Amino acid sequence: METVRVQSVTPNDMPWKIKYDASRCTLCGSCVSACSFRAIECKIERRRMVFSEGEMPDPQQRFSAVPVIRQVKDVQHYCRGCGICEKVCPNDAIAPERNPDTRHPIITRCLGGDSIKRGGRKNLESSVRTLDKMRIGRISQMTDPSLDAQRHTFDLLAPFGRILPAQTLPFSVDDQNNLQVEAIMPPVRWIYPVIIGDMSIGALSWRMWEAVAIAVAYLNEECGMPVRMCSGEGGVPVRLLKSKYLKYMILQIASGHFGWNRIAKAMPHMVEDPAGILIKIGQGAKPGDGGLLQANKVAEHIQAIRGVPKADLLSPPNHQGLYSIEESVQKMFLSFNSAFKFRVPVAIKVAASSTSVSVFNNLVRDPYNIVGGFFLDGIDGGTGAAHEVSLDHTGHPIVSKLRDCYQAATAQGRQGQIPLWAAGGLGKTGDLAADAFKMMCLGANGVFTGKLILQMAGCVGNDMGRCNACNTGLCPVGITTQEEQLVHRLDVDRVAENIVNYFLAMDTEFKKLMAPIGNSSLPVGRSDALISTDKAVADRLDIPYVC
Amino acid sequence: MCRIGAIKSSNYVHPSLALKLMESQQKGHDNSGFAMVMHDLGGIFENYKHLPTLSMACTDEGLKLAEDMLHEAGFQRIMQWVPETDAQPGLDIQAMPNYVFETFDYPRYFRNGEQKDKEELLLDMRLKLRKALEKDEQGFVYSFWPDVVTLKEIGDPRDIGTYFKLWTPDDKFTARVITAQCRQNTNYDIVRYAAHPFFMQGYTALANGENTFYLKNVEAQRKLHRGYIGFESDSQCFLYTLHYVHRELRWPLRYYKHVVTPLPFGELGQREDKEQLLAMRQSLAHLEINGPNTIIGVLPDFTMFTCCDAKKLRPVVVGRTDDTVVISSEVCGINDILPDRDWETDIYPHEREIVAIDNNLEVQRWRQ
Repeated sequence: METVRVQSVTPNDMPWKIKYDASRCTLCGSCVSACSFRAIECKIERRRMVFSEGEMPDPQQRFSAVPVIRQVKDVQHYCRGCGICEKVCPNDAIAPERNPDTRHPIITRCLGGDSIKRGGRKNLESSVRTLDKMRIGRISQMTDPSLDAQRHTFDLLAPFGRILPAQTLPFSVDDQNNLQVEAIMPPVRWIYPVIIGDMSIGALSWRMWEAVAIAVAYLNEECGMPVRMCSGEGGVPVRLLKSKYLKYMILQIASGHFGWNRIAKAMPHMVEDPAGILIKIGQGAKPGDGGLLQANKVAEHIQAIRGVPKADLLSPPNHQGLYSIEESVQKMFLSFNSAFKFRVPVAIKVAASSTSVSVFNNLVRDPYNIVGGFFLDGIDGGTGAAHEVSLDHTGHPIVSKLRDCYQAATAQGRQGQIPLWAAGGLGKTGDLAADAFKMMCLGANGVFTGKLILQMAGCVGNDMGRCNACNTGLCPVGITTQEEQLVHRLDVDRVAENIVNYFLAMDTEFKKLMAPIGNSSLPVGRSDALISTDKAVADRLDIPYVC
Repeated sequence: MCRIGAIKSSNYVHPSLALKLMESQQKGHDNSGFAMVMHDLGGIFENYKHLPTLSMACTDEGLKLAEDMLHEAGFQRIMQWVPETDAQPGLDIQAMPNYVFETFDYPRYFRNGEQKDKEELLLDMRLKLRKALEKDEQGFVYSFWPDVVTLKEIGDPRDIGTYFKLWTPDDKFTARVITAQCRQNTNYDIVRYAAHPFFMQGYTALANGENTFYLKNVEAQRKLHRGYIGFESDSQCFLYTLHYVHRELRWPLRYYKHVVTPLPFGELGQREDKEQLLAMRQSLAHLEINGPNTIIGVLPDFTMFTCCDAKKLRPVVVGRTDDTVVISSEVCGINDILPDRDWETDIYPHEREIVAIDNNLEVQRWRQ
């Protein structure tokens, strides 16, 4: 009899247990070779069979060696529940099963002495989303008729760039009674109200990043939808920087300045201006934390683009300046505006926080007219890598904070002057059009989304702790990995097609939401169109309560 | 649904013409009120065109309060006209005790002042009076402006006409421009201020429609100008935007159309003046209107115009003779007052134009 070792790790300590049916297994080995986490292995089990032959009991035993598949009992290689084993098994002999008795959060810390890191979104159970407690309840009937979503024309565009108050527009009236422009105005780009949010070429596999870029180009060139994609912090392939497709890219700069050496060097060779510049201050999924790209994802092309060795790449939690972060950001605004000769809008992205309104107020009073957008990122958004404690326990929901910012602008008569873009769990239930529409009614000019794009590509992760291994570089579907074998699991064309199709569907859904409220342009600030059956939500967001 | 009408003539015309214009359109509205604004006054007001006239409906206390305030501010009453009323039994009218049309001279220290200063003074005075008389509904101050009078009342327009003896033409109470509407705001509470036409600093607007961007408009307008108050009707937003675009920004009238119903981005991008139009659209995105609308407006120089929503969801027609132009929701009203005109010259404005009538009664159609 073996000694009881209670400290030993067993599958019952893990978040997922492998359910294996040896009787159906053909021992093909597909599951083991497909498991990117090495969470299952082949093993020979020693089996003893006791049997009796003949009319009288005559116990005999036979020992045999049986090849089986077994879960690895190791916190380094625990099963993430991705289900790839199940996908590849020809006989349905194996599958992960959620373990409600998991001790993983405790034993991982005890054994590793380090905090838990992962990707994905927050995993804590939450109640029904605020967005799902609201409906579009102001329906046009009789006196103001609903529109026909199929036949009417709709202006589905949102501004990106600094918008001047009307009284400061540099207009004069000529002798023909026409208005003439007397001076240059800040650049404003009218783009699709859903931006594909900043996921870097290091966080994503090169094939995934390429698929997104292809989808964006296709949406623009073939579908007439001016969708923009933000590069994320981590640079852009030089070939793209020098191509005409750069005009669909928003280049991001974050505290690590990764990739900007190459971008700066490519500037003389650019044939198009980028769609915009986004200065990233914070991220909603891990506010107050910098970017983190672990060494195992720093592949050769990443090293080349970023000009770094193969090492953990950490962006500091904030931008470094001689005096203060404000000074540093101000300098960035000025230098990026002037680097592109004031032709390219420059915006800023911050994590939603109790202090967001103060930050926004500071920007909205910007006297230089150089702040071209306020991107507010709330909790519930995804991330490639973060400490679990940050993911699960820090951050601020986006809905009320976006509303606060809009109302702060309205109270000053400055709504719309710095476009508000919101993110953070939008499209979490799959219905991005509805979420985006409601956010616009509350005051957003547009939204940006990242995690949902990964899900369009086939990401198997969810908010219940499934997979969420973006940080490991072992993404089983080839989205957030630089391992060649894993990356090749991703079909670039299919991913691009999925993204394009989703946007086309979403476009139709936007119209189906605009038509009943009788609006042909986006209902930014039309909170009167929303209702809520939740009194607290209605009061907080200043929309009608209904029951 | 509202029905709206406006008359611009080279002769002074009596409000009975406006009542007739609206009478045959009564099936389209609910006969819950009558309101009109008269510009370019004749009759007893003709000699006082340069001096402001106060148009007010009030109680006795309200009248005293208002007169005291005006006196204290240095205004001197020059002329007063109280319309004769005929309070027959059975009339559908919720009359106020007093209807006052008083013309004042400016305070001494303003008399030789700048025109702009006088205009701001008149607005401030009206706002002050309005606020002071709000308590217990002591009075409603509709306009305080040179060469303009306003009358608004709740009830059946025919009975209101009878009560004020407006059915019988005379040469005492006339104007070259009259705008009228025969409905109270039945979408919401009956509030005297909620009846169009709305007036501010020489600008008048009235509308038939729904403004589904009302909340956006209101939130933006509240911060644009101290005079943008009330918002008892979603159509007030049209007046304030007109005032803001034409008076505050000093943009030519045709840009009003670009603000309230901007061109779709696709069309806008094809234009030579796309830079201006795009800047306008984005800077005044919150003044865009949506939903079905027809607007009639009058400018301080008495130019009259009309325009529609971008989908032409509400009717309007312009009919004319040599000495009169009439804008009306329905052609039957024009048929009643201009029966001998050439119907073929009637204009049914489309969704992308402004039809403007200048003081020579020249009709211009400006394509957006």
